Amino acid sequence: MARAHKYDVIVVGAGGAGLMAARYAAQNPGVSVAVISKLYPTRSHTGAAQGGVGAALGNVSEDHPEWHAFDTVKGGDYLTDQDVADAFAHEVIDAVYELEHMGLPFSRTPEGRIAQRKFGGHTRDHGKSAVERACYAADRTGHMILQTLYQQSIKDQVVFFNEFHVLDVLIEEGTCRGVVAYELATGELHTFHAKSTVIATGGNGRMFKVTSNAHALTGDLTSIVWRRGVPMEDPEFYQFHPTGLYKIGVLLTEGARGEGGILRNADGERFMERYAPSIKDLAPRDMVSRAMFLEIREGRGVGPDKDYIHLDLTHIDAEIIEERLPDITEFARIYLGVDPITEPVPVQPTAHYAMGGIPTTIDTNVITDGENTIVPGLYAAGEVACASLHGANRLGTNSLGDLIVFGRRAGIHAAAYAKGADFEPLPTDAQDRSRAVLDAVRGASGSERASHVRRDLQATMMDHASVFRTDETLSKQVEILKELRDRYRNVSVEDTGRIFNTELMEAVELGFLLDNAEQLVHAAQHRTESRGAHSREDYKDRDDDAWLKHTLVHREDDGSVRIEFKPVTLGRYEPKPRVY
Amino acid sequence: MDTVRITVKIKRFDPEADARPYWAEYPVEARPTDRVLDVLNHIKWEVDGSLSYRKSCAHGICGSDAMLIDGVNRLACKLLVRDVGEIIRVEPIRGLQVIKDLIVDMEPFFDSYKAVLPYFINDDPEPARERLQSPEDREIFDATTKCILCAACTTSCPVFWTNERYIGPAAIVNAHRFIFDSRDQGTAQRFAGALGEANGLWRCRTAYNCTEACPRDIPVTRAIQEVKREMLWRSA
Ligand SMILES: Cc1cc2nc3c(=O)[nH]c(=O)nc-3n(C[C@H](O)[C@H](O)[C@H](O)COP(=O)(O)OP(=O)(O)OC[C@H]3O[C@@H](n4cnc5c(N)ncnc54)[C@H](O)[C@@H]3O)c2cc1C
Ligand code: FES
Repeated sequence: MARAHKYDVIVVGAGGAGLMAARYAAQNPGVSVAVISKLYPTRSHTGAAQGGVGAALGNVSEDHPEWHAFDTVKGGDYLTDQDVADAFAHEVIDAVYELEHMGLPFSRTPEGRIAQRKFGGHTRDHGKSAVERACYAADRTGHMILQTLYQQSIKDQVVFFNEFHVLDVLIEEGTCRGVVAYELATGELHTFHAKSTVIATGGNGRMFKVTSNAHALTGDLTSIVWRRGVPMEDPEFYQFHPTGLYKIGVLLTEGARGEGGILRNADGERFMERYAPSIKDLAPRDMVSRAMFLEIREGRGVGPDKDYIHLDLTHIDAEIIEERLPDITEFARIYLGVDPITEPVPVQPTAHYAMGGIPTTIDTNVITDGENTIVPGLYAAGEVACASLHGANRLGTNSLGDLIVFGRRAGIHAAAYAKGADFEPLPTDAQDRSRAVLDAVRGASGSERASHVRRDLQATMMDHASVFRTDETLSKQVEILKELRDRYRNVSVEDTGRIFNTELMEAVELGFLLDNAEQLVHAAQHRTESRGAHSREDYKDRDDDAWLKHTLVHREDDGSVRIEFKPVTLGRYEPKPRVY
Repeated sequence: MDTVRITVKIKRFDPEADARPYWAEYPVEARPTDRVLDVLNHIKWEVDGSLSYRKSCAHGICGSDAMLIDGVNRLACKLLVRDVGEIIRVEPIRGLQVIKDLIVDMEPFFDSYKAVLPYFINDDPEPARERLQSPEDREIFDATTKCILCAACTTSCPVFWTNERYIGPAAIVNAHRFIFDSRDQGTAQRFAGALGEANGLWRCRTAYNCTEACPRDIPVTRAIQEVKREMLWRSA
């Protein structure tokens, strides 16, 4: 295979956001498009999403996009950019219909419409009660979205480079000119020259020990572009989902609580009644995860070590569980040997979703500072990006919506830019940085194993920078990260082969992961307030006077970190205390 | 939790070093609740970094890690140590070319999948809202929407082992998903193509291996029978 490629639009990542971007870019006659993915497209983690995609269709009860926008802003603890939430809540309705038109097999209401159910933080009329807004296909909505979009891409004859691992984004003199990728099957580097590049590479949950995220979610591109001068926006806001299977973190959808599931402590008490009297177990995730942590800390956790909580579905009709929650029922049976129909399931908060990421405008253009200076030719969408839709805490079902709404916008804008632009010349040394990344690991002779450094990273991030944080834990983690980085320099690999050298790639991914941890910890240490998923025990309150602003974490050439801020776009919703 | 001592025998092959595959043995400590994938990770991370296999989600939904475990196609991430014996034998799935250790060339598998036109076909103008479908009509093809393209079924099929051009059960399952969708109009096109050809549907000899192999509990053989019946009915 030739190792130099040229496309008008390159999409990196083949999850929901990437496939949607590719589809829309490819609808422009004369615009050539290719998708690069380190996994085969259908292996992307969008396929793991269970509960649903939120859109105010009103199929089950009255609903309006304005209510959805409000819930998104309030759920995000007012750090959400309100213009983004507005556009999103309106466009997602169309986008869901579009998925249905592509054949997506949604579950159905008795009238034959797309079925909808309740989900955390989604309410009727500005918080009055929970509303059925999550459009679902049993508990495999993400699987169906991923399959449907991939099926469409076969129909549309999209070009794929599968099992190609992107190692560099060629940002030169302020514009993006393409990417460099490592072909797993041959060990060769390929240069992709492009007018527009869309980054859609998903999350970075693997920096934590207990996570719902796939092994592949190592934040590669959030590290790569950071080292190319793009800051990270709001990385301190990392979501812990309340119901991960005890110890292994595999997710049980919030849809389980949407169908009536209840969280109970060791006394059998429905403790969420104390924390969120109006919507109880369906409060936003940050609040529920914190409540669970507090219950455990105060000695009311379940089990011999009093370190988990029960998710109780036993009062729900067995038929409803089998029909609407078949997959998670199976997960509990297989991995914990617990049958949710007859026994409560042991759960604990699990690292789940990055609200922050590569900063973009509402049109998905990547920006480099608080003045919204864009990088021509560079776009980002999906979990990797931060258009500031989710603010300080994402509502369930809003990520799948984000993928289809902003994936679409990215495809449209990337293609429009490509049509009007020329190919900017590539530097002569286009592959140098990528080769350096590989050689750093290949050439090392140290005795350290990547797996040990990764294990220690994951454990310490969990201890010092997860649901609750203090200046003390974060300072400690800053020091630990320095040590881990030193140890990383001593990581070497046994496999010296070229073909499918997965050991080498895991070591490279660990390097990316360390950058992601650094971004998060520094931003978290800086923000001396509690907001959404960022909960500081030494600064318990939200402080709008000082902190109603986005963080931008820059990496300086000497490796140090600089923090800048960016205003939140407000609108019709005045910041108010967030009670449910 | 207490650990148990097990021996993992893995059929290994490095195309850059080995003339032919060989069996390697790894004695390891594992917890009964560990996934076989966790055990492979343990070997890769603590014993021999060069052991190669695909993985991602680690809970049975991405389809990366189908392998032959104790003679049966399984997802390594969906099988626990307590459900296998003290000696576990792990090999690559059969019928696709082995590239390295447990990694096989999946391209022929995906080519067959693509050949059945595995996408929604309906040329009517799109309504403003959703197309309607009753819960009953939706239920008819529910099982076949679960496929994660792991290839466990196809690579357990004796017909596929002897004829790699047979499109295989996974492709037919994905055709079923559309043929029995009340909204789809592409059935004639699919039957006129790869599905109806010599290496299509009619190669199936109902060996049932596929049904047993499916990690998503799709009744694969039944789905294939339904597609056959539909084709006969249409041509009658
Ligand atoms: C278990 C689980 C359940 C969830 N349930 C819901 C839900 O019910 N509703 C909801 O709204 N959200 C849900 N979410 C969140 C949502 O699913 C994810 O945020 C979303 O799917 C991310 O999609 P994406 O397209 O951004 O990335 P992904 O689907 O993760 O895809 C990333 C892509 O990037 C590629 N890639 C990554 N790095 C590289 C690289 N270096 N080079 C080349 N390619 C690369 C990968 O191969 C992959 O194709 C859930 C998440 C999890 C983990
Ligand atoms: S790793 Fe995803 S199915 Fe096993």
